[in-house]
Amino acid sequence: MAEEILPGDTVAHGTVADADQREWVTLTVNGSRQSGYVDARMTLADFLRRDLGLTGTRLGCEHGSCGACTVIVDHDKAVRSCLMLAVQAQGLAVETVESLAADGQLSPLQSAFREFHAVQCGFCTSGFLMSLTARLREGPILTREQAREALSGNICRCTGYAGMVEAVVSVSRAAEGAA
Amino acid sequence: MKPSPLTYHRPESLAEAMALLSEYGDEAKVIAGGQSLMPMLAFRLIAPRHLVDIGRVTELAGYRLDDRELSVRARVSQRDLERAPDVGFAFPVLHEAIANVAHVQIRNRGTVCGSLAHADPAAEMPATMVALDATMVARSAAGRRMIPAAEFFQFHLTSALEPDEILTEVRIPRQPAVGAFLEISRRKGDFALVGAAVVAQFEDDRVSSCRIVCSGVGPVPFRAYAAERVVLGTTLQDEAVMDARRWAGDGMDVADDFHASADYRRQVAGVLVWRCLLKIRKERGAVHG
Amino acid sequence: MTSPDLARASERLVGTRMRRREDERLLTGRAQFLDDLDFAGYYEAAVLRSPHAAARIRGIDTTAASAASGVVAVYTAQDLGPILHDLPPKVTHPNLNRQTRLPIATDRVRYVGEPVAVVIADTRYLAEDAAELIDVDYEPLPAVASTGQALAAGAALVHEGSESNVAVHIVQQAGDPDTALLAAPHVVTETFVVTRGGGHSMEGRAIAARFEPATGQLTVWDATQTPHYVRQMLAVLYGMTEDEIRLIAPADIGGGFGPKAQFYGEEAIIPWIAMQLGAPVKWIEDRWENFVSATMERAQTHRVQVGFDDEGHLLVLKDVFEHDQGAYCVGLQVPTITMSTLPGPYRIPHIHSELIACYTNMVPTSSLRGAGRPQAVVAMERMMDRVAERLGLEPDEVRRRNLIQPGDFPYAVGLLFRDGSPLTYDSGDYPALLDEAARRIDIAEFRVEQARARTEGRLLGLGFGMFVEGSGLGPYEGARVRLTNGGRILVLLAASPQGQGYETVYAQLAADAIGVSIDLIEVRHGDTALVPFGQGTFASRVTATAGPAVWDACRQLRGDLAAAGASMLGVPLDEVEVTGPGVRVSWAPRRALTLREIAAVTNVGRHGMSLPDDLPVAIERTAYFKPRRAVYSSGIHAVIVEVDAETGKVAVVRSVLGHDCGTMLNPLLVEGQMLGGYAHGIGNALYEEAVYGPDGQPQAASYLDYALPTALEVDRPELFHVESPSPLNPLGVKGAGEGGLIPVPAAIANAVEDALRPFGARITQLPVTPSRVIGALRGQDGA
Repeated sequence: MAEEILPGDTVAHGTVADADQREWVTLTVNGSRQSGYVDARMTLADFLRRDLGLTGTRLGCEHGSCGACTVIVDHDKAVRSCLMLAVQAQGLAVETVESLAADGQLSPLQSAFREFHAVQCGFCTSGFLMSLTARLREGPILTREQAREALSGNICRCTGYAGMVEAVVSVSRAAEGAA
Repeated sequence: MKPSPLTYHRPESLAEAMALLSEYGDEAKVIAGGQSLMPMLAFRLIAPRHLVDIGRVTELAGYRLDDRELSVRARVSQRDLERAPDVGFAFPVLHEAIANVAHVQIRNRGTVCGSLAHADPAAEMPATMVALDATMVARSAAGRRMIPAAEFFQFHLTSALEPDEILTEVRIPRQPAVGAFLEISRRKGDFALVGAAVVAQFEDDRVSSCRIVCSGVGPVPFRAYAAERVVLGTTLQDEAVMDARRWAGDGMDVADDFHASADYRRQVAGVLVWRCLLKIRKERGAVHG
Repeated sequence: MTSPDLARASERLVGTRMRRREDERLLTGRAQFLDDLDFAGYYEAAVLRSPHAAARIRGIDTTAASAASGVVAVYTAQDLGPILHDLPPKVTHPNLNRQTRLPIATDRVRYVGEPVAVVIADTRYLAEDAAELIDVDYEPLPAVASTGQALAAGAALVHEGSESNVAVHIVQQAGDPDTALLAAPHVVTETFVVTRGGGHSMEGRAIAARFEPATGQLTVWDATQTPHYVRQMLAVLYGMTEDEIRLIAPADIGGGFGPKAQFYGEEAIIPWIAMQLGAPVKWIEDRWENFVSATMERAQTHRVQVGFDDEGHLLVLKDVFEHDQGAYCVGLQVPTITMSTLPGPYRIPHIHSELIACYTNMVPTSSLRGAGRPQAVVAMERMMDRVAERLGLEPDEVRRRNLIQPGDFPYAVGLLFRDGSPLTYDSGDYPALLDEAARRIDIAEFRVEQARARTEGRLLGLGFGMFVEGSGLGPYEGARVRLTNGGRILVLLAASPQGQGYETVYAQLAADAIGVSIDLIEVRHGDTALVPFGQGTFASRVTATAGPAVWDACRQLRGDLAAAGASMLGVPLDEVEVTGPGVRVSWAPRRALTLREIAAVTNVGRHGMSLPDDLPVAIERTAYFKPRRAVYSSGIHAVIVEVDAETGKVAVVRSVLGHDCGTMLNPLLVEGQMLGGYAHGIGNALYEEAVYGPDGQPQAASYLDYALPTALEVDRPELFHVESPSPLNPLGVKGAGEGGLIPVPAAIANAVEDALRPFGARITQLPVTPSRVIGALRGQDGA
């Protein structure tokens, strides 16, 4: 059953499937309402990438282990978008990496990643930024041990994580200092 | 690694969910958090034609803690339970176990009941629930079954649930007990190479009952009865816990695999049981001076 | 590198820790990796792969698949006739037992994961559905799943018709090792095993292609480390000229590490299908495919003997090793690199290095970060610690007594390098590396702590690993620098990066070489249309080859800019300087021209007007750097571990990593490479195992079983640098991409064995898993 399309909605193209394998889904992505038909089996990750053109969320393993696909759901939960069906996001609010830089300005976390050389190939970066953004909403990360724990749900094959540890701690300390 | 075609159902009531499972039988799979199921769909290890998503079923939300028991319903995520201070106070061993489950990103979606229904013998929840003497509540259109945890896990990735049954809640009886959970995995959050969940009750200063359960050492969580027998009635003094360490592997049916040898698992199971008992002894000593 | 017209030292960008210019798009999700590229009307491919390690294919029925929803076409070998040609190995040897490697299986499959059919459909979902409908009639055959099995009498043959499973047998000798072994006062012998592993860049392989009939141009996007190599292979395979094929490595590639520097069947097939269908086709390797069909590395078994005297001086080294080549020979670089890496930083008068490379029924092996060097370091460095143990010496002292000294360069080792030339180290300061590592780790202090910890039942251990690494390989690398009509400087590299920071470091180099502001400089790379000739990014070669090429081209361009400026400003050449926004008269700085103003005259010109004699036109320079021979980086790892003897878990307590890559163009990026390499080293040492069952079935084909280290497993090591510039290129640079990894597995294995020394436990297999530690304590080797 199609839901009503409201003015200002963005409607996804969707994929073609048999009617009983197709679902109408409405969710909020980066603050905007999105609606569309999706294959019931389509993952949230593929929906974001293909149907909404938000390619910042990446596919590294498609079985929930590497974290490259991490997004934030309902403000405080970092989740693997490859382990959610798009239809399961019905009515939820999803944030992707594209939402972090406001008005073209890098967020403090993004700037710190650059400052401390926490990015090399960049493929894992979106997932790390979303995991960390969710974690930082719970409270600051002030020690290296806390940082390593916060980073442990994502895999990077390029940087060895050291720059990320420094970036994360510096962001929290700066925020504490400014507070 | 895309799932096979499927039809998705999102019932809003338990009755509706059970009716769907009755109708579709073994062509249907229940999905809640999906953290165990989705990888299997991605690898096309399974291809259910119907997914019944219980994530919005009203009757399955939340947990209830009273002075008799903790009842965790099917929609409760591991993260929800982990962040519930009252649960942590009543069952510290449960929090210890959950902290070892994967990573927060998985725990945010993965459900306690989902992990139990998945029945991986190397996972944290199955062994812990056996140690806590939990009861699983399975419901279908045909009625309700109460299945003790010890009988719930039948084989590697096989629970006692029938295809038309939903694990709606797990109930953990409240008892004055002290527990401990330890696990050896290659990396933090991985499935255990070996794990131990131990819960002991005391009368005067002696162990009046004890459940010692090991994960990762066979097709189902392993109840180390021999180790339990040697600590019963003791004050967990050094010789008793060392005996438990020696007897932990008695009756264990474990094979070599490429992660670890059988000898390794048997030996380390003993070490973890021993360390858990020492932790319990220390905590009990701290409480009782 | 110092000349009067270069920027003042304080203004120089080379050598500074400049932050990366490419980061902004990577941080904001705006990067364009291959799967992010949209091609109008494209189809997606899925590859059906063999589920058997060895089997005969009796027939393939694609009828149901072809009729499935959304399917455009299905291809098997019989549909790919025109491109069913042998794919030669990247690096070969005259003695190689060459076996045909085709882009797709015909009547035999030889490893789980080998491509058998390709489905083209509207979406990847539909293509995978259809692939399941392809009915392949397999007749399974016996498989060999280790070099031991492959060499056993009566072993099944990976390639029928071959005499044996030996791919190549190479012996290299220096001096007279057999006599020296017999005469040596002491000999230690051991066998070391290193297990298979994968690279696991977070982005897998990816290819897209589009053919334009109007121009006859085939454009291929490929997440490859070697654009020109792939293009050349395609040109030969398709019977096209190289200019008819444009190979673009996307600006963003999610890691490489070696598996993306090989040539695969999928790279032959996908573009050809795009040409047949007249529509763009995209193939994105998923993680399961990456596990079973991207090249792996590491599996070797070394039987080593070292002869030495009472003072620990090495007299003779003999190493006979088996190398697992996999089902086909994609390239022989790895085992030949192992051979030449073996002697390391030591003076060893007699050396016997013997390689037996074997075919096995597993996915082929080829270069993967380290590329055979860590295994050689395991063989040599584990033995150095055994020598130390035998004589009661500390691990640093036994090494100190054998190091090649700074005055010995150029040092001829006595063996041949992978390129066939005599193995000659160019420069280095091995004693400085050793002394600094030993000073930082403080061995004497450690022994005190180790003894005290033992009384508390805690086991600490210390291990060292040193290496010398050939890098900066030839035959050449290229760069093109152009003044654009809009007044910017475009630096075009033939090589493509996968995270190494080319857009930053080569801009730094260009800015210093030319003199203008770095804001005017842009770096592009990895597109065969930009630079016609090149080799690619692998073997830590680009800094030492593209670096000098960029420098050379930029210096020439600078000369052109100065000449143009002088001509246009009407002053002699020695009275202008190239600086900031353009060119100015040195004694009248207000008399200046921007690059744009210069380009308007030199490049754009005015129609039909003649230009002065002394004015250069069309300002662009190309340079290729041809290294005379390889340059040699070196390094050391000193590590303290704690071993839990009850559970076998190993924790790294302290890590000191030293490296010498010559001149550092951007120390921040060099450190990034070392720290990244170190994480791979930890993975190789303790966690990563691509296990295959005896039937050739992969047992660890997902991240649930294959453990990549996370931030909890990798703590930041202490880094230090030694700089021994290479005399072989004008910048003095050497490779930095692998030094963080190479010594780590050996050093950690040494440290674990040191911790377990009171028990006499021997660590002989990598990775050092908890099960192996307990097994070693119980007196059994292996798991």
